[in-house]
Amino acid sequence: MTALVKVDGLVRSYHMRAGMFGRAQQVRAVDGVSFAISRGKTLGLVGESGSGKSTTGRLVLGLENPDAGSVVFDGAAVPVLDTAPWRASRARMQMIFQNPLGALDRLLPIATQLREPLDIHTIGDAASRTARVADLMRRVGLSSEIGQRYPHELSGGQRQRAVLARALTTKPDFLVCDEPVSALDVSIQAQVVNLLTDLQAELDLTMLFISHDLRVVRQVSERVAVMYLGRVVELGDADDLFASPQHPYTSALVSASPTPGRGKAERIVLAGEPPNPAAKPAGCGFHPRCPMVFARCRVEAPLLVEVAPGRSVACHQVGSGSSASAGALH
Amino acid sequence: MQPLITIDALTVAFRGVKVLDGVSLDVRRGEAIGLVGESGSGKSVTWLAALGLLPNTATVSGSVKLEGAELLGASASAMDKVRGGKVAMIFQDPASALNPVLSIRRQISESLALHGGLSGAAIPAEAKRLLDLVGIPDAERRLSAYPHEFSGGQSQRIMIAMALAGNPDLLIADEPTTALDATIQAQILELIWRVRRETGMAIVLISHDLGVVAENCDRVAVMYAGRIVEEAPAAELFDDPRHPYAAGLVGSLPTMDGPRRRLTAIAGTVPDPKAMPTGCAFAPRCDFAGPPCQSVPSLRVVGDNRRIACVIDRRAAAAVRFGQAAE
Repeated sequence: MTALVKVDGLVRSYHMRAGMFGRAQQVRAVDGVSFAISRGKTLGLVGESGSGKSTTGRLVLGLENPDAGSVVFDGAAVPVLDTAPWRASRARMQMIFQNPLGALDRLLPIATQLREPLDIHTIGDAASRTARVADLMRRVGLSSEIGQRYPHELSGGQRQRAVLARALTTKPDFLVCDEPVSALDVSIQAQVVNLLTDLQAELDLTMLFISHDLRVVRQVSERVAVMYLGRVVELGDADDLFASPQHPYTSALVSASPTPGRGKAERIVLAGEPPNPAAKPAGCGFHPRCPMVFARCRVEAPLLVEVAPGRSVACHQVGSGSSASAGALH
Repeated sequence: MQPLITIDALTVAFRGVKVLDGVSLDVRRGEAIGLVGESGSGKSVTWLAALGLLPNTATVSGSVKLEGAELLGASASAMDKVRGGKVAMIFQDPASALNPVLSIRRQISESLALHGGLSGAAIPAEAKRLLDLVGIPDAERRLSAYPHEFSGGQSQRIMIAMALAGNPDLLIADEPTTALDATIQAQILELIWRVRRETGMAIVLISHDLGVVAENCDRVAVMYAGRIVEEAPAAELFDDPRHPYAAGLVGSLPTMDGPRRRLTAIAGTVPDPKAMPTGCAFAPRCDFAGPPCQSVPSLRVVGDNRRIACVIDRRAAAAVRFGQAAE
């Protein structure tokens, strides 16, 4: 299986001042992230706020330029932001965000918005564009009269369907979904999740699905990457990773996702809170909260190494941990 | 034994539009009740109405009795004693519930003076004890800090400390962990659970997250369009939901283990309160709807400790349909 999207060693730093007169600090939001997504498959990206998952999504789409590392899409590097090749690449790579009202133009009826990408990328003639819009609306389950309505007249679920339809207008190969169902009620969430999986099967879409909700991620993803403080700490097959997490952070995250029928006793409660990305701890970023911490974790950051076929973990306690020479790189 | 709070036929309308329609619910001493439902189902409004926190534009009728004393229409001074005293409430957004220009010490001390019946030197000592109790490290020094100096999880801990100042018999927690990250949510739920064990207070946990409610509550009431549609012990509700809406909610939750199945999405959306269907409000979205659903179903008792508001026994209906499909 060939990878449609290949991400290698992505780094993105921001400069931030602490207070008005504070010294500028460098914040590494994304710190050496690598993964690949096979064509037609979904990689779930999970983590808490500040883990760098949304920044990773933006880097993959080329909405930001990385400080280091590369993104290869269908065999070619993703073009630099705001160039003509980059704009052309937008037709094949699309995104869906959490807040559909923010993603839709409030002054245009839905059908007009769905048509816009076809006009911009000059795809087809007037008649075929109209037909394509009607087809898209039907596919995402919006009735044709909704095409004449404005975004504020739609419910949250309908808006997210409209955003999805617009993202699909140009027949993209790759979708980045950043918390696409987090703002929706449970029953509507299920509708949109089902729709996404149906469309993926029908259109052979490849997806990067970013969410804090482990259940939803498991439902849509074949593989899952867990991020903590800008790094991938565990990567593996979705069912397998949630059934037997290896990294202590993944274990805590899985146990923090409440499950009907499971007792409170099994919940792992981590001490402390995720540190500020501007003040990362030395060594392993997770060590101040880790129940398994030992001396080496405080000085040396573990590398993401394969511990079993298809499963990689960045932890000194799991598998072989990092080799001495590889550790010296960091 | 008399329930701690008895809500009976509580109805709320805003400018003639009914948003809560005859809700009846008991909360017994020391128990944890979950209230689940989607946005607009009335789970928050129920408690805002019970505690007299709705604006004047709301018309409230029915009855809310706290240990036998009627709260609806009670005097403002009586309600001031109840709120923050016997009944405390915490909300989803702790940062906006704290006063940004007052130190934490001032805010906790105020609660202690008003509801804890303390004065003088007892107040600072109790404030420090409460911060210790809710797990704020270095409590003595942190009392001088202002709300913006705390993270979201810590702010929620402070809200819990303030809620505990009045030594309440009932804590109403309205989506207390919704805005928090998963590992912080686990910490706050653990804290609420520990405090409940130590103080024996009852809890009403309002949440859209079925998993959180399932794990932390003894009994669960499912609300839809301003009514309770099913009430049952938590384990029974999640194993065997009887109301079609409750079944839909449980089925629309993706699982964390086992084979992946297609989610049973409930078609359509929640009705607009201004255009409520006649009869059962869920009927337009219900797979089992039939002619009997044209009248509003009352909440009837089923078995030992379960109530459902549905004329159709879902399991019997499912069996009939399965039989038809097999033919």
